[in-house]
Parts: sequence; structure tokens; C-alpha cells
Amino acid sequence: MHPILETRKLCHVYSQGTPFEQTALHDVDFTAYAGEYLGIIGHTGSGKSTLIQHLNGLLKPTSGQVLFDGTDIWSDPAVTRQTRFQVGLVFQYPEYQLFEETVYKDISFGPKNMKLDEGEIDRRVRQAAEFVGLTEAQLAKSPFELSGGQKRRVAIAGVIAMEPRVLILDEPTAGLDPVGVDAILGNIRDYHQATGATIIMVSHSMEEVARTVERLVVVNDAVIPFSGTPREVFRHGAELETMGLGVPQMTRVFLRLRQLGVDIDPSVYTVEQARDAILAAKGVG
Amino acid sequence: MALKDITLGQYFPGNTPIHRLDPRTKILLTLYYIVALFTAEFLLTYALMFLALASGIAISKVGAKTILRGMKPVVLIVVITALLNLFYTPGTPILSFWIFTLTVEGIWAAFFMTVRILMLITGTFLLTYTTSPILLTDGIESLLGPLKKVRVPVHELAMMMSIALRFIPTLIEETDKIMSAQKARGADFETGNLFQKARALVPLLVPLFISAFRRADELAVAMECRCYHGGEGRTRMRQLKYTRADWAVIVLGLLGCIAITVMGHFGL
Repeated sequence: MHPILETRKLCHVYSQGTPFEQTALHDVDFTAYAGEYLGIIGHTGSGKSTLIQHLNGLLKPTSGQVLFDGTDIWSDPAVTRQTRFQVGLVFQYPEYQLFEETVYKDISFGPKNMKLDEGEIDRRVRQAAEFVGLTEAQLAKSPFELSGGQKRRVAIAGVIAMEPRVLILDEPTAGLDPVGVDAILGNIRDYHQATGATIIMVSHSMEEVARTVERLVVVNDAVIPFSGTPREVFRHGAELETMGLGVPQMTRVFLRLRQLGVDIDPSVYTVEQARDAILAAKGVG
Repeated sequence: MALKDITLGQYFPGNTPIHRLDPRTKILLTLYYIVALFTAEFLLTYALMFLALASGIAISKVGAKTILRGMKPVVLIVVITALLNLFYTPGTPILSFWIFTLTVEGIWAAFFMTVRILMLITGTFLLTYTTSPILLTDGIESLLGPLKKVRVPVHELAMMMSIALRFIPTLIEETDKIMSAQKARGADFETGNLFQKARALVPLLVPLFISAFRRADELAVAMECRCYHGGEGRTRMRQLKYTRADWAVIVLGLLGCIAITVMGHFGL
């Protein structure tokens, strides 16, 4: 697999040289491969937000490198700017960054900054709106007339419209009702399948990432203690608990069953897998 | 995160005798000090006041470094004031070139003006460094209390000030976040001419205003839910109380003030 984004020995220290000095990242080696659906988990203050802000050059490393397609993104200001367009970043609660008179104009803010021509901007805005399920009529509305969930979709469309090769989303489902959560996750999955872009989703909900991502990176106390497929990561159940992250409910049930002496595979994390594992254990499946 | 590094409240928590003084004492003392500073005209009186200020700083444990760092933004003003005084005070000329004339009186005037401004700033800094913003507004509200009789909305003004102070860090954080979000969409806040830079601020200011209004709305509702209805009959969790140390300092300050005025009369 081709690594699209890499960090090498990435360190970031906030307020260096003051009494408020704080190390947010320490010698982090992180890799995202082209086309994968990657999850980053960590509790509040673990350094995950600092990490993603390095990936598109919003924060400059205190030391270490960030490579996009093998090039150091800080090697040249033009490269840094290009990286911002290639690596789209959707912040937490992105609906608070909307500012234009109409939804259409707000989505076109990114493409306009890329200096694309009118026709291309129009195509991208409409396509991005379609990905997130916004209707033609909504494009002409003021973003402030929409509901919370709709506003969030507008904000996500604003980043998708830049057609980034890597799309990073920081807790895209925070504060939404279950229907809204499913809709947003569905939109992201559709985008991933249709464009083949790399998706990096930051979350602290194990249930959510377990359902969606192909690979997981755990961030804790400024380092990455482990990464791998959800199945591999959830084997570290006990360590995850001490990090305050916890494992999906199904995994917890199965870990406990094992402790009780039931011979069963503990690396399950969805209801379907649980069903199969139980059937296998009973010798039915 | 350059924005976050700005210290606006500039309060340095501590537990020194100066920190423990009643905020009203400190405000009154600072007022005496400012008045005395502008009545004092001679070396000895300045030396006296400098002594008072220096011992205040020493007791408060704020540190000379912090005080000096606070001076940085006013250096330019001080330099300009000093230069103007130096060359534009009429008196006995020492040397003159082009349109500038250096006079003996000018040198003295520049010296005193510089000392005066620096001491003024240091003195007021000592107040804000050792008093938390909340205590400061409580103190102001209590001192202005008598004005309530002539229908000045003292409590409301103090409440507005507390709320404003409380939300400065929140707004700075919010600005930082929105700026990053718009930069991620290719917004450029740094380059371009003045007009372009002003235009670039629109994507920052609109969301910032909207969120400020939203916060204000939420805060108003939260306050009403807890039956806030202005200052009338409102009691406090933290009661301000003058201690013996406060009275001592107030009397000492008053005496110092009188002494300086008297000394001024005798040309000291």
C-alpha cells in the first residue's frame, strides 16, 4: 500500500519556554495509506486534535517531519498551501464556521480559494451537495435557516468541494441524534466509495469507529501506543480501559465471558460477529 | 496558537500579603498613588514613592522580569514623550541644531515624565497582577456603591464588566478555532494589501459574532433560570471585609499622600 500521509518523529510542544509548556505530541510516527478508511481514537487531551492539525499544515511541528506523498509539507510555502487543499480537514462542530449568505456560496469558499474557474466551482459545489444529501432548494437558502444536522452537512460539503485526496473529520457526529449520526456516517462512506479518497475519522466512541473503519490508530498521552485493525486493537481491552477509552460493549461482554471460563473468541465488536462467535462456540455455525 | 499566548487578565495567583489585601484597599491605594505621582515634582518625593512601589513589588513576589515584560508595549509612547519634552521645553538652551533646542529644563522635564509614566504603569500593573478580575469588579462595585443613591446602575455595570472579562479567553479560543477552520479551506489572513486583508476577515468575523450572540443568549437564559433579576437584595458568596492590615495600609497611604503634598510645598 502506498503511504499518502506520514509523520516522522513528530513532536509538538505548546507555549514552549513559558510556565504553561505542554508536550502534546512526542516522537509520533503515523502513517495513513492511500484509499484507506482510518480511525483515530483517544480521549480528550490525548493529542489527537494536535496530530490532525499537523497533517494539513495548520500547526508547524516543533521538531520532526510531516510528509504528504513523500514530500515534506514545510519544505516550501507553496507546498504547505497546496497541502491544505489536498488534505481536507473538517473540524469539530464545523457548523459554527459557516458565514456566507447562501449555502451555495459557503460551499464554494474553498474551491474559490483554489482559484478554479466558474464552471469547475459550480460542478464541485453541486457534487459536494449531492454527497451530503442537500437539495437544490437548500443551496439557495441562508445556512442559518437550516437545522443543526443540515448545517453540519453544509460544512462538510464545504471541505469535500475542494476534492481533497485525504479527508480528515474531527468527531463528525458529536452532538447529533442517532438518525443524524447514521446519515453523516453514510455520507462519509458514500464519499469514500465513490472517490477512493483516504478518510481519517477522529472519534472517542469505540462503537462508532468499530462499525466504520478499516484500521485504527490509538493516541494516548502524546504517543501512539498501538494501531491495527479494530479486531487487533480491541485485543488490548484492559489497556484501553486504563486509558479511559473502553472497548465496544460486545467486546466487553466477550472478554468477561472468557474470564468466566467460556472458551470463546474475544475479538468481536459487532452484534453480527457476536452471533457468529456464539454459534461457532456452540458448534452450530 | 499565537493568540492563546496573550495574557489579558494578567492576574498572577499568589498568597502574599499584597494578594490578601481587600481589593477596595488596593484600588484606593492605587488612586492615592496616581494622585501623588502627579503632584510630586521633585527628586526626594519621587524617591520616596519609588521606595513604596519597589517594596510593594518585592512583597507581591510578581518578579521584576514580569513587570519589565509588561512595559514592552508602552516603550514607544515613553520614548516619544521623552523626546518631545526634551526638545520642546522652553528654558536655558544648552545646544541647538536645525529646529531642535536642548534645554536644561527639557532634560529635567523628560526625566520626570519618563519616571512618572513608568511608575504609573508599574503601579497599576501591581494592582491587576495581584487582584483577580472578579475581585477587582467586586471592589469597584462596592466602592461605587454610594452612587446607587443617585440611580447609577452600579451593580449592572459591574456585572457587565465581570461577564466581559469572563468571556475574553473564550472568545480568543473561538477566534483561534474559526481561523484554523477557514485556513483549512484555503483562507489567507496574512498576505495581500489592506483592502484584501480586511475582506479576508469576513469569514472570521461573521461566525465569531454569531457565536457571541448565541452565547449571550444562552447566558441570559441560564441567569434567568436561576432567578437573576439585577442587584436588588442580592447577597454575595464572597463578602468583602476590611481587616486590620487594610486599615493600616489605608492610613499609611493617606499619610504618605499628605507628606508628599507637604514636601512639594517646601520644594523637596
